[in-house]
Amino acid sequence: MAGSALWFFLLLAAALAGRATALWPWPQYIQTSDLRYPIFPHNFQFQYHVSSAAQPGCSVLDEAFQRYRDLLFGSDFWHRPDPAEKQHTLEINSLVIHVATPGCDQLPSLESAENCLETFSQLVWRSPEGTFFINKTEIEDFPRFPHRGLLLDTSRHYLPLSSILNTLDVMAYSKFNVFHWHMVDDPSFPYESFTFPELTRKGSYNPATHIYTAQDVKEVIEYARLRGIRVLVEFDTPGHTQSWGPGAPGLLTPCYSGSQPSGTFGPVNPILNSTYEFMSTFFLEVSSVFPDFYLHLGGDEVDFSCWKSNPDIQDFMKKKGFGNDFKKLESFYIQTLLDIVSAYGKGYVVWQEVFDNKVKVRPDTIIQVWREEAPVSYMKELELVTNASFRALLSAPWYLNHITYGPDWEKVYMVEPLAFDGTPEQKALVIGGEACMWGEYVDSTNLVPRLWPRAGAVAERLWSSKLVTNLDFASKRLADFRCELLRRGIQAQPLNVGYCEQEFEET
Amino acid sequence: MEQRGWGLPRLLGLLALLAVQVPRSSASSYMGLWPLPLSVEMSPRLLRLSPENFHIGHDSSSTAGPSCTILQEAFRRYYDYIFGFYKWHRGPAKSHAAPELEQLLVSVVLDSQCNAFPNVSSDESCEYRVSLLVKGPVAILKANRVWGVLRGLETFSQLIYQDSYGTFTINESNIVDSPRFPHRGILIDTARHYLPVKTILKTLDAMAFNKFNVLHWHIVDDQSFPYQSITFPQLSNKGSYSLSHVYTPNDVRIVIEYARLRGIRVIPEFDTPGHAQSWGKGQKDLLTPCYHGHTQSGTFGPINPILNTTYSFLSKFFNEISTVFPDHFIHLGGDEVEFQCWESNPDIQKFMQQKGFGTDFKKLEVFYIQKLFNIISTVNKGSIVWQEVFDNNVKLQPGVVVQVWKYGDYAKEQSRVTAEGFPVLLSAPWYLDYISYGQDWVKYYNVEPLDFDGTSKQKTLVIGGEACLWGEYVDATNLTPRLWPRASAVGERLWSRQDVRSSQDAYKRLTVHRCRMVRRGVAAEPLFTGYCNHEDRV
Repeated sequence: MAGSALWFFLLLAAALAGRATALWPWPQYIQTSDLRYPIFPHNFQFQYHVSSAAQPGCSVLDEAFQRYRDLLFGSDFWHRPDPAEKQHTLEINSLVIHVATPGCDQLPSLESAENCLETFSQLVWRSPEGTFFINKTEIEDFPRFPHRGLLLDTSRHYLPLSSILNTLDVMAYSKFNVFHWHMVDDPSFPYESFTFPELTRKGSYNPATHIYTAQDVKEVIEYARLRGIRVLVEFDTPGHTQSWGPGAPGLLTPCYSGSQPSGTFGPVNPILNSTYEFMSTFFLEVSSVFPDFYLHLGGDEVDFSCWKSNPDIQDFMKKKGFGNDFKKLESFYIQTLLDIVSAYGKGYVVWQEVFDNKVKVRPDTIIQVWREEAPVSYMKELELVTNASFRALLSAPWYLNHITYGPDWEKVYMVEPLAFDGTPEQKALVIGGEACMWGEYVDSTNLVPRLWPRAGAVAERLWSSKLVTNLDFASKRLADFRCELLRRGIQAQPLNVGYCEQEFEET
Repeated sequence: MEQRGWGLPRLLGLLALLAVQVPRSSASSYMGLWPLPLSVEMSPRLLRLSPENFHIGHDSSSTAGPSCTILQEAFRRYYDYIFGFYKWHRGPAKSHAAPELEQLLVSVVLDSQCNAFPNVSSDESCEYRVSLLVKGPVAILKANRVWGVLRGLETFSQLIYQDSYGTFTINESNIVDSPRFPHRGILIDTARHYLPVKTILKTLDAMAFNKFNVLHWHIVDDQSFPYQSITFPQLSNKGSYSLSHVYTPNDVRIVIEYARLRGIRVIPEFDTPGHAQSWGKGQKDLLTPCYHGHTQSGTFGPINPILNTTYSFLSKFFNEISTVFPDHFIHLGGDEVEFQCWESNPDIQKFMQQKGFGTDFKKLEVFYIQKLFNIISTVNKGSIVWQEVFDNNVKLQPGVVVQVWKYGDYAKEQSRVTAEGFPVLLSAPWYLDYISYGQDWVKYYNVEPLDFDGTSKQKTLVIGGEACLWGEYVDATNLTPRLWPRASAVGERLWSRQDVRSSQDAYKRLTVHRCRMVRRGVAAEPLFTGYCNHEDRV
């Protein structure tokens, strides 16, 4: 997280006792009472506190006010209250926002105010007669981990822009703040590069329809910014790059069968200067297109068999004195790449193999732990990574593309990210985690119900206090949250038998 | 960060890449046929179709004409499926050399059954046998009844594709088709979660695309009673999740008619004596009061089998059901009856003694079910039951259909049931609510329904099967992608010849078929990495 104080303070002259259980994720501190106040939509307004650092004209908040007004009351017309009812109750007619540090036009830094609005919206409820209420409540909140991410994979299946934007909406509802965009991979290259347009022309599923244009990318970044979400883009190399090949001749390693090229290609060719020239130009573009400080450089699952088969690579290995240790060749590639990216003033995240294979990386590198068991259990891996003083992100237990029968969100929920042996300093190096929705079996037909509300379990684990682990309590609130998602038009699947007042309707 | 070693998916992944690289235009249309017809002869000669000129109509020899609503509706529907979802430019494509296919003429040979409901027929192949001859300028679709025409239209629509210039194209072909099994069902469960009528109708659409012909509507269960009864309105007033979570008589009529127009039977299931908690709320004294020691515990068990009022209620109730649902069969459930509550109840203990049942509560269950069978017979309906009814030695009348659902040793169960001469429906290997990572459709596809010990006469008693999507974790949000295309695997198993077994070939065809379903508005999930041509960005 880019440092801004992740604190918010919500002081309302209102609240609800039983109703407060609809909150997801659960706040750090909450006190509620039975005292309830009606809210009349036509009177209600969001206001900036006079001493707030943010004032009207702050686009992020102005837009958020509008958004939450619609979410709370619907955009249609609400009937006027019965004047008799109004007389003897004190009504709530404003939510006053006080922002301590400015940052309206920066990248996500008003996240705290955003999250506060979300909490407020979850506190409002509606009586059977249709009146909106909020109970007297005092909440103090801040996230446990600064990096609360969700990964989408737009290479195995292309996801239409609307699916991505829709996901960003729900991420905001559950207080995720990093969208990890696994943009390209072996099957397709949908990112339209302006320096190398051939990459999408030759590497996308369909260069007319299955691509993300510069405009699309800008829209995603801005939509995310308005919701306090960072966009962490991943261009995975040197493996997982088959789709780069057709549009960048010479970039991939030609595999050999005996003494002849077999016609197939392996990882990025690490022995050619042209490779690094290409990467310099490409990542210069990427660094300017994606404003976040961090880039994800991948580095996972490099298959050595093709490199081994190639005589030029064998020669290079000899020359460099790598012997038969192809991990050294991988290190050579990654180090060169990291130098390129560092020169652009970017930080980087990599998958754990880069650490496991002992690539020399800068001390501020973030290592993402994704392997559940091998080479070591993920808890052990966290211990090793933080012991080497690197910051760590946890994903291993949160591969939501893996599905099983029944309420599998419980297993996801009960993961304690800091349950490894280590000093407090080590624990402090775990900056958060990510729920991953890989795309082998997921596209826009099934993304939403597969993701929600299961990803909500990860969201709460990363936001709420370590002590919030009661499954019954969580079940009840998550079921309510899921119904709230349906009310907001999100196709979130059920947790168990039951119903929501407003069910999902096919369009 | 992706785990490797998922075995089959990787192998199939290679196929997927291959499939993707073959442009749709040069791919054989054969690839897109699902389920695979009985016999397909396809010539390389191409015909083109123009949306302005092409027409589906009645052949002069047909026993059906423009007054046959079921066909008129189907002609319009299939015209839309063929042309409506594509982008096409008005004006003839003059440069195209291929001869034109101008018409599809439909001919019904026997009594058309235009105004009837689809039924389980004694001679299925006769009912359904359909031949499709595609030759310029007129293609002929011939079937004994309208039901065969519906299946033939689906096949015809699957033969047409757009070449790379956007021209609608079909190969000259000769197809003969009929289903392997007459009962090809999908079970939906509207009790664990209420399904909006729209979702049910969408499911019926998708069923027709896959040549399913039975909607098994597990309409009520412990959790809720959404069926609005005319005779006993309190059942849904008190037993539904909410007053908006009900199926009114009009909703039910809409579902039945929508299904009929697609050649699909609707078989309602009213499961008793277990799975009936929700009945208790709106019908006093129907359920057995459970005891804790000498006092009533306040909870209730299965339907109370010892009271006359129970049977007079059931008579009236099923009398209504028999008129509301036109199909010959009613599913009576009969599964998973828990005996503890009956055991705890002193009145029931007394009754057991009186009847000489000892402590064998299965005998009490049998007693109940027999009386229920008699009620169903008096309203002239046939019964389907879950396998427990057979397992518990209930004396079944001939013709009662036994649905096999328990996964362990289901082949043995099929042997036993058919050995006693009862028709069997297979569901055990097809519980689609059980999800797992990866391509589990292959598992469903590889099932061979007649792979059990028995004489050939026994095998003929297997009338088909059903894919079941129970509702514990399924509602309108995830039903469609969870059901399709996984249920399509069952669809082909029940329709196509026994020797149509190659999952590699099936993968190719099913990938195309899945994209076709998506194009027609059914959010069928992907089989594996890849894309559909028509997907656009919005």
